[in-house]
Amino acid sequence: MSGTWSLIRLALRRDRIALPAWILGIFVMAISGPASFQQLYPTQAERTALAQTIDGNPAMVGVYGRIYDVADAGGLATWKTAPLCLVLVALMSLFTVMKHTRAEEESGRRELVGAGVVGRSAPLTAAILVALGANLLLAVITVLAFLGSKMPVDGTLYYGAAFFGGGAIFTALAAVLAQLTESARSANGIGVAVLAVTYVLRAAGDSGTQSWPTWLSPIGWTQQVRPFADQRPWVFLLIFGAALALLALAYALAARRDIAAGALPTRLGAPEGSWVLSSSFGLAWRLQRGGLFGWTLGFALGGLAAGTLAKDVSSMLAGNQQMADLLHTLGGARSFEESYLSLMFSILGIVASVYAVSAVLRLRAEETEGRAEPVLATGVGRLSWSLSHIAFALLGSAVLMTALGLTAGLAYGSPATLLGAALVQLPAIWLLAGLTVALFGLLPRLSSAAWAALVVFLLIGELGGLLKLDQWIMDISPYSHIPKLPGESVSWSPLIWLTAIAAVLLTAGLTGIRRRDLTA
Amino acid sequence: MTVAISVSGLRKAFGPATALDGLDLTVNTGEVHGFLGPNGAGKSTTIRVLLGLLRADAGTVRLLDGDPWRDVATLHRRLAYVPGDVTLWPNLTGGEVIDLLGRLRGGTNTKRKAELLERFDLDPRKKGRTYSKGNRQKVALVAALASDVELLLLDEPTSGLDPLMEEVFSECVKEVRQQGRTVLLSSHILSEVESLCDRVSIIRKGRTVETGSMADLRHLTRTSITAELSGAPNGLSTLAGVHNLDVQGTRLRCEVDTDKLTPVLSALSTVGVRSLTSQPPTLEELFLRHYEDDLS
Ligand SMILES: Nc1ncnc2c1ncn2[C@@H]1O[C@H](COP(=O)(O)OP(=O)(O)O)[C@@H](O)[C@H]1O
Ligand SMILES: [Mg+2]
Repeated sequence: MSGTWSLIRLALRRDRIALPAWILGIFVMAISGPASFQQLYPTQAERTALAQTIDGNPAMVGVYGRIYDVADAGGLATWKTAPLCLVLVALMSLFTVMKHTRAEEESGRRELVGAGVVGRSAPLTAAILVALGANLLLAVITVLAFLGSKMPVDGTLYYGAAFFGGGAIFTALAAVLAQLTESARSANGIGVAVLAVTYVLRAAGDSGTQSWPTWLSPIGWTQQVRPFADQRPWVFLLIFGAALALLALAYALAARRDIAAGALPTRLGAPEGSWVLSSSFGLAWRLQRGGLFGWTLGFALGGLAAGTLAKDVSSMLAGNQQMADLLHTLGGARSFEESYLSLMFSILGIVASVYAVSAVLRLRAEETEGRAEPVLATGVGRLSWSLSHIAFALLGSAVLMTALGLTAGLAYGSPATLLGAALVQLPAIWLLAGLTVALFGLLPRLSSAAWAALVVFLLIGELGGLLKLDQWIMDISPYSHIPKLPGESVSWSPLIWLTAIAAVLLTAGLTGIRRRDLTA
Repeated sequence: MTVAISVSGLRKAFGPATALDGLDLTVNTGEVHGFLGPNGAGKSTTIRVLLGLLRADAGTVRLLDGDPWRDVATLHRRLAYVPGDVTLWPNLTGGEVIDLLGRLRGGTNTKRKAELLERFDLDPRKKGRTYSKGNRQKVALVAALASDVELLLLDEPTSGLDPLMEEVFSECVKEVRQQGRTVLLSSHILSEVESLCDRVSIIRKGRTVETGSMADLRHLTRTSITAELSGAPNGLSTLAGVHNLDVQGTRLRCEVDTDKLTPVLSALSTVGVRSLTSQPPTLEELFLRHYEDDLS
């Protein structure tokens, strides 16, 4: 295949920061499990006790998955980190493949490359190889690190292979999606939606009475390999078989379509702009509404699931006094359902921040891709242009949390309380939005560092307790300051502080935007 | 005569790279002004400063009697801009973009819009991502030309258009000029501006190197002369304005600065002229002379 090698070199050059950052971030998350669990639960008895508590709790099993062997340290060490790592591995694979295939075609650079001596499917092959290479490297260093911390050898190898398998499936899925739509943004959107569905299927299968939904989910497959337990090599047939089938489909679709065209037909649109398209807010609405609808739907479903599970848990506990007593001692004054719901709300608060940050970063994309310029060359000022998108970050996140709180409340039975518990996350979300605006206004080239901040806060929240980090490190994350509702009493001062800091960051960013050069 | 754009001593650096290095530009109201320079000369940067998208490091810039950095909203309702590299929103149709930009500017002339869509042979129902480069350019051109603004800032507007559409574009600019509106038309292709522009400014490496009417600039060009004389020409090489002189017996070839033709022709006629051919000046040569310095 002529040109594949040079395209791989080009891709590695363009990704020389992004890929190492992904790999390093996922690696750190993957190895934090063994590191922390061996310290915190050194004896077999402690591990067994913890594992039994977890496995008897459908909510925890829903979020993180089942522990298949309570006797083995490996199962426990990877129980909490594996699902999150797999999600990140899937995102890395999806974004990497899309960046070097569909995004290149969309920008027209693919045509330049196509004019050179490059085989027809070389760009697709190069992107797939780069993504698989990154996954392989990640799996290898993770395996080496696990072996270094004295984890069982065969379990570690199964774990590494499952890791790589998950990446391979989503690499292949991305290769298919890249053929379908004409825009990389919508292809990425479909990919993320598929990922979310596979996660929910796994959660449903693992925590419910029926296990078949797990078997519809590639993420479920990677856990059904059951490393560190009754290892099941035949599941790899399913994983790699599916990856190969998807790859074959991608190449078949690629051979049938023109460059820059999608396999899905595109329809003609309106010949004239509706009245909505009369202001910068109208434009922002057109650009952001699809995302907002999708996210709101997701949060409503998430709330429904969380509320229903919480109710199930309480009915299960009603018949088991011993378990209820145990959870009561573990969870302190709060009931178990309350601590479960507050955990869900704080996780979904971080997820809503992803929405808020990406809504603000839309401004940066509009700027660098040259679409801000024609708008700002009209009567629209920079302030109203910026605010039109920032409004989606601030109000849109409020819409998401409202949808979450209401549906969870309706399913569980106390809408007002749960609505409050969901909305209390907003100050931290707004702080992230404000931080993104500040970066965009003052250090535009570093705008996407907002993601790095979000990941750091996520790591602090997820692993801070496990790693027993110092309190001052925990305090860096705005999410640490949110009262744990429902259950705790509301303390207003951290909420007011977070909102005030968000407002300061927002103002600083907006001032910066009005003063700086617009980069085209 | 009033002035639509006046720029003097404009400087702009991006980090260590100087994009504009003391640029001067004056565009009179009602004229079509050619803004010429090779790629990277600073045309787009100048236009972005005029639009208040970039902040000038030094120099004075006046646009329609306002300050382009401060009076953004009021000035922008009076002008329309076509970027050099048009990108559209992937899921908005061409028609939606045209209406949006028109309304943000304060209104579109619907009748003219329909007529322009027809003339440019543009389907307004297609989504932004499905347009070719030339069609994206057409969307931006229709959006700009359909509005009743005083000033059009066009940055290499014909890049990507086929010759037929370039012709349509030229007609449109001529109409705009007849309506008394002002146009700043940047280009790196001389033939494009030669037929359209009243005056041109040529810039190179962020500085204005020539400016004036087409007639003024023709004075700066050289006429090629080939002559058969009655005797051997003497002393021609010492005359001012004579370049590349090549004498073989009584045959002579040279290039003469167009504004120095009279003394050279009288020197030739003193010797006696048997035959004479002259080649009229083209701006291409003038332009190439500035480019050559660039290349060397
Ligand atoms: N945002 C920017 N950052 C850095 N350099 C820039 C930027 N914009 C333009 N330049 C540089 O300024 C010079 C002038 O560019 P430009 O105005 O685009 O030229 P032209 O439009 O005449 O082709 C070029 O050398 C270009 O590389
Ligand atoms: Mg340019």
